[in-house]
Amino acid sequence: MDLSFLVIQALSGLASASALFVIASGLTIVFGVTRIVNFAHGSFYMLGAYMAVTILPWLFEFDRSPTLFFVGVVASAAVVGVLGVLMEVLLLRRIYKVPELFQLLATFGVVLIVQDVVLKVWGPVDITGPRAPGLRHGIEIFGQRFPAYEMFLIFVGPAVLGALILIMHKTRFGVLIRAATQDREMVGALGVNQAMLFTGTLFLGAFLAGLGGALQVPRVAANTGMDLSIITEAFVVTVIGGMGSVPGAFIAALIIGLLQAFGILIFPKITLVLVFLLMAVVLVVKPWGLMGKPDVAAGRAILPEGILNLKRFGGVEKLFWAAAAVLVLAIPFIGDAYKVKVGIEIMVFALAAFSLNLLIGNGGIVSFGHAAYFGVGAYAAGLLATGPLKLPMEAALVAAPIAGGLAAALFGYFVVRLSGIYLAMLTLAFAQITYAICFQWVEVTGGDNGVVGVWPSRWASAREVYFYVVAVFSILAIVALRHLIYAPFGYTLRAARDSANRADAIGIDVRTHRWLAFTVAGAAAGLAGGLYAFSKGSIDPTMISIGMSIDFLMMILTGGIQTVMGALVGAAAFHSVKDFFMPLTDFWRFFLGSSIILIVLLFPRGIVGAVDTFRERFGDRSAAAGAKAPVLAKEAA
Amino acid sequence: MAKLNLSRRTVVGGLAATGAALTAGGVSAQGAPIRIGELNSYSRMAAFAVPYRNGMQLAMEQINAAGGIAGMGNRPLEIVFRDDGSTPGDAVRVAEELITRERVSFIAGAFLSNVGLALADFANQRKVLYLATEPLTDALTMASGNPYTFRVRPGTYMQTKMLVEASKAKGIKRWAIVAPNYEYGQSAAAAFKRLMGEAVQGFEVVAEQFPALGRVDAGATVGALAQSRPDGIFNVLFGADLTAFVREGNTRGLFERRTVVSLLSGEPEYLLPLGDETPDGWITTGYPPEQVTAHNHQAFVTAYKAKFNDTPRLGTVLGYVVPFMIRDMLNKAKSTETDAMIAAFKDLTTETICGPVTMRGIDQQSTLGAWVGETTLNGKLPTMKNWRYVDGKDVMFPEAEVRAARKA
Amino acid sequence: MSTPLLVVDNLQKRFGGVVAGKDVAFTLAAGEMLAIIGPNGAGKSTTFNMVGGQLKPDSGTITLAGEDITGRPPRDIWRKGVGRTFQIAQTFVSMSVAENVQMALISHHGETRAVVPMARTLHREAAIAILARVGMADMADRPVSELAYGDVKRVELAVALASEPKLLLMDEPTAGMAPKERAALMQLTADIAKERGIGVLFTEHDMDSVFGHADRILVLVRGEIIAAGTPDEVRSNQRVKQVYLGETGVQAALKARRQTAGAA
Repeated sequence: MDLSFLVIQALSGLASASALFVIASGLTIVFGVTRIVNFAHGSFYMLGAYMAVTILPWLFEFDRSPTLFFVGVVASAAVVGVLGVLMEVLLLRRIYKVPELFQLLATFGVVLIVQDVVLKVWGPVDITGPRAPGLRHGIEIFGQRFPAYEMFLIFVGPAVLGALILIMHKTRFGVLIRAATQDREMVGALGVNQAMLFTGTLFLGAFLAGLGGALQVPRVAANTGMDLSIITEAFVVTVIGGMGSVPGAFIAALIIGLLQAFGILIFPKITLVLVFLLMAVVLVVKPWGLMGKPDVAAGRAILPEGILNLKRFGGVEKLFWAAAAVLVLAIPFIGDAYKVKVGIEIMVFALAAFSLNLLIGNGGIVSFGHAAYFGVGAYAAGLLATGPLKLPMEAALVAAPIAGGLAAALFGYFVVRLSGIYLAMLTLAFAQITYAICFQWVEVTGGDNGVVGVWPSRWASAREVYFYVVAVFSILAIVALRHLIYAPFGYTLRAARDSANRADAIGIDVRTHRWLAFTVAGAAAGLAGGLYAFSKGSIDPTMISIGMSIDFLMMILTGGIQTVMGALVGAAAFHSVKDFFMPLTDFWRFFLGSSIILIVLLFPRGIVGAVDTFRERFGDRSAAAGAKAPVLAKEAA
Repeated sequence: MAKLNLSRRTVVGGLAATGAALTAGGVSAQGAPIRIGELNSYSRMAAFAVPYRNGMQLAMEQINAAGGIAGMGNRPLEIVFRDDGSTPGDAVRVAEELITRERVSFIAGAFLSNVGLALADFANQRKVLYLATEPLTDALTMASGNPYTFRVRPGTYMQTKMLVEASKAKGIKRWAIVAPNYEYGQSAAAAFKRLMGEAVQGFEVVAEQFPALGRVDAGATVGALAQSRPDGIFNVLFGADLTAFVREGNTRGLFERRTVVSLLSGEPEYLLPLGDETPDGWITTGYPPEQVTAHNHQAFVTAYKAKFNDTPRLGTVLGYVVPFMIRDMLNKAKSTETDAMIAAFKDLTTETICGPVTMRGIDQQSTLGAWVGETTLNGKLPTMKNWRYVDGKDVMFPEAEVRAARKA
Repeated sequence: MSTPLLVVDNLQKRFGGVVAGKDVAFTLAAGEMLAIIGPNGAGKSTTFNMVGGQLKPDSGTITLAGEDITGRPPRDIWRKGVGRTFQIAQTFVSMSVAENVQMALISHHGETRAVVPMARTLHREAAIAILARVGMADMADRPVSELAYGDVKRVELAVALASEPKLLLMDEPTAGMAPKERAALMQLTADIAKERGIGVLFTEHDMDSVFGHADRILVLVRGEIIAAGTPDEVRSNQRVKQVYLGETGVQAALKARRQTAGAA
């Protein structure tokens, strides 16, 4: 490899790094100030590109000049910035008080809506924007041609970094951003107008995302997949750099850009997994990223986001859930074949979601990668049933939870060493690595095509029979997991979530208990995955994808992470809404997203949480009283 | 372009049928419609799937206006469209819904290969007919083939073979390959290596790049390819990846004095977004709608333009051809019993706007072909030149290979 | 006096260039209340956290009832018989008062991994008994998140007592409380310490609490012990007056001493 090539390749890496940094800087600032994991950041990026391919040709009608190009790019970014303000004012402002995870749910709703709005407004065909005037050509470097526009991009990143540092240190707005990043409560205490600060931050964040998108226009066509293709990478950059740290994001982007440029020379398929490998390694070594700091609030006694009031079933609940169970079990008698199919899926998802809420609601361990264990269970079952062993379904279903549990034990060992958003991101990284293995190991896993022919044993092949197989497994598993929450082990987890310091000081080995919980939840998800594989007849990597993990999150959030049974209601509700809209319209994502946002706004504690609130407030005083002083009364009865 | 709403749900076929019948005047379709379930990635792959659906609707109208299915008492065709959610899991559920709720006679569709394979296996399990219209994976007709699954579009192997046939005479030995990192890209690369290796003495691959789908780092990829100094480049990238790759390659001079062979790039879906950056002389499979005249093709183009105010895409051609194949199959089967339909489909030949298309019995792959030619700019409009239609029957898997693969 | 309960010998701790502990050495007998005072940043919390296991000393030893516990994690140190409370009360806010204590008892009995019994009923009577000792029995079923802060501190004390500790570590036990509550809490602690022979090591800013209840006092400045002794000895120490207490502080200390003497 000659020197000139290395230089050119390094420059290519720097250009990519620069572009990546512009996007990630906005994300990290928004997170630092608002603590919102803003999934919609990728949507802003996409909108920036679509704005630019709309505005630039119009401007070039007047004059095809470099000046107008930059005017157009900045104008596009500004429009997107205004959209960011709109999102803050119309949506986020209403939900700052709700648990942080719910804000994530809301931004994901925005992602779905924007996808369909873009499809409606700009159509499905990729739109190729104009190139930058004056930067169309290539520059000769060591006898090789390097695009002038990319040379320009290399300087944009440091310029944006410089501008941000200036803003952060020389303006009041910037100083407030830094203060809020370090200690959000302090800013509130100082009497700063928090609403204005957040609005301004969202403008800046969305502006930077839009700028990143608009700057891509001379390189790539605006397309409807841009949002999801960038958002994970942007998150990885901010996490590696340390959430909230702009210089950290810059360094992380540089590392990723250069690793990518040279990594593909050795491993041509590395782009699929490189960033996640890097993130996993960085987080294992540096739990707060390269330049991040432990959250100041970590030492404070703050209300955890999860089950706060562990209620037992009163008479009403017992009746309700008994009726629900009977109704579910009666589906094969009262519903058609399709209902049976949907019933199977809901039960499977209910189990997976319930196991996730054991971690999140009860343990405070927020996993963004629960699909990994669901998928490992599915793959274990599917590969054992179809591979050289050709095991029967019964054996494969035993193997599924074991495989899910083993994978969770392995990854969990590292995961439980972290906390908060970093922990969540490490679970995501492990899930993506698992995904990449299943995707890439074609000889064994069938790659992205997956493996077909995963059907139940003959005795269970009738759908109604398999329905009851799923019902028995999932209901028993859910009952067992639910009992776990009320058992000393579940209490210990919740204790560790409420106060790790206190738990440690009464002799609880927090990490080991969290690790055990992670393993148990992984095993339960693995069982769900195995059941799912046999209901679908096939396995494929979408079962491990980020989309699947997000679906599980959506389910428990919709149902209410502060409740024990919310996961079940959420799984049923989420699946039903999707199933209702999908056959109706191509724009089902729009309606799904709108439903999510409605739920967030109307029921900020989830559906079951809302029912509880309603019952506490109106009528049903017995339930309210029962919640307050349950123990003695129940024991007397 | 995508005027989609609730009303389009199931009434589409019926309304279109009656509307067309009124104006046509002749024999009209009558009786209960024969329902077919069509599921595809209308939401996520709208650029391909929506023109495809439009083509289907046009064909369905024409068939019903001309009397529907003559072999079954002139019953009209009705196609029930559904989004497949772009994942195998969703698709299998939707297929179930189509069969149990909508009572369709069989299912058709799918764009993504893993969705197609899952549906094929589902069809095998549920013993219903599945007509895989768009998925490209060879597994569908080979290793994972089953008696219930038929495929229309020429698969990865067939299209790669067309390109190899068209470019092997140049005798280029040093090749670089760039393909998206998933089954389609990997299979295409493998097929290319095999076929070109057989055709050219001393064939070697000097560089391979497999960027993740939709996430190509174009600068680094182009740099890595250029470094290997190939004489020929085999490209499998498409969509947004292709646009980025072409721009970067043009600026860096990657394509200068090199032969580029590019899969699918001539399809309007992928060619049109390249605009004035369209490279000249890439050997590619595709479709030049305005230039094809054989088999009354322009009548189709005109009718499509009149109805949708848009030029047809390759997806449109596929979507338009399929209902005619279904019509002929039903006329022959005279029944919607699965076994009868399967028997009727085998070795059935249909006259289409691409010429006669036969559903080969041995692997249940149709002989629909593709247009092979070179990319070029006609003014500002990207199109193809020096093209010819390659009949699929000339590039299919050898029968011995099919037998070996499908036995397993 | 027989072997002291706690022997701290020659502890050193640096954070970068800052000395937070230098040759820190003291002993604590069973049933004794020992206070550590000093200005902010003097190394009180550092010393405290080294004994509790939250920080590892650079060198030096900590011996509890003849056993070396230097550098062990907090949960091990707890098992050896050390209970602690935090400057900002750390409780399990999603649980009831009784459940907080039950949780400590579950841990004490090594049942944190049990999956069969219902936690709600485990060790309930024992928990109520401990709560009764700190005057919180009637609040047993209130969610701890609804309590007044002073009551939360009592719950924390009950949690710390659940494992029948030999030594209690209390980091600023009265911080954030009303003056009246402070005196009551300190008196309660002192009574329990005496009746059960528990040694109490505490840090405190509130001079009333320190001079009113400590048997002995250590004065820490810049990581070093500059004085140690009974409240009277410390109060009359010139160096302490200079660097820390000041005249007003001494007056306050005197007043506090007289008040508790009067009350007793």
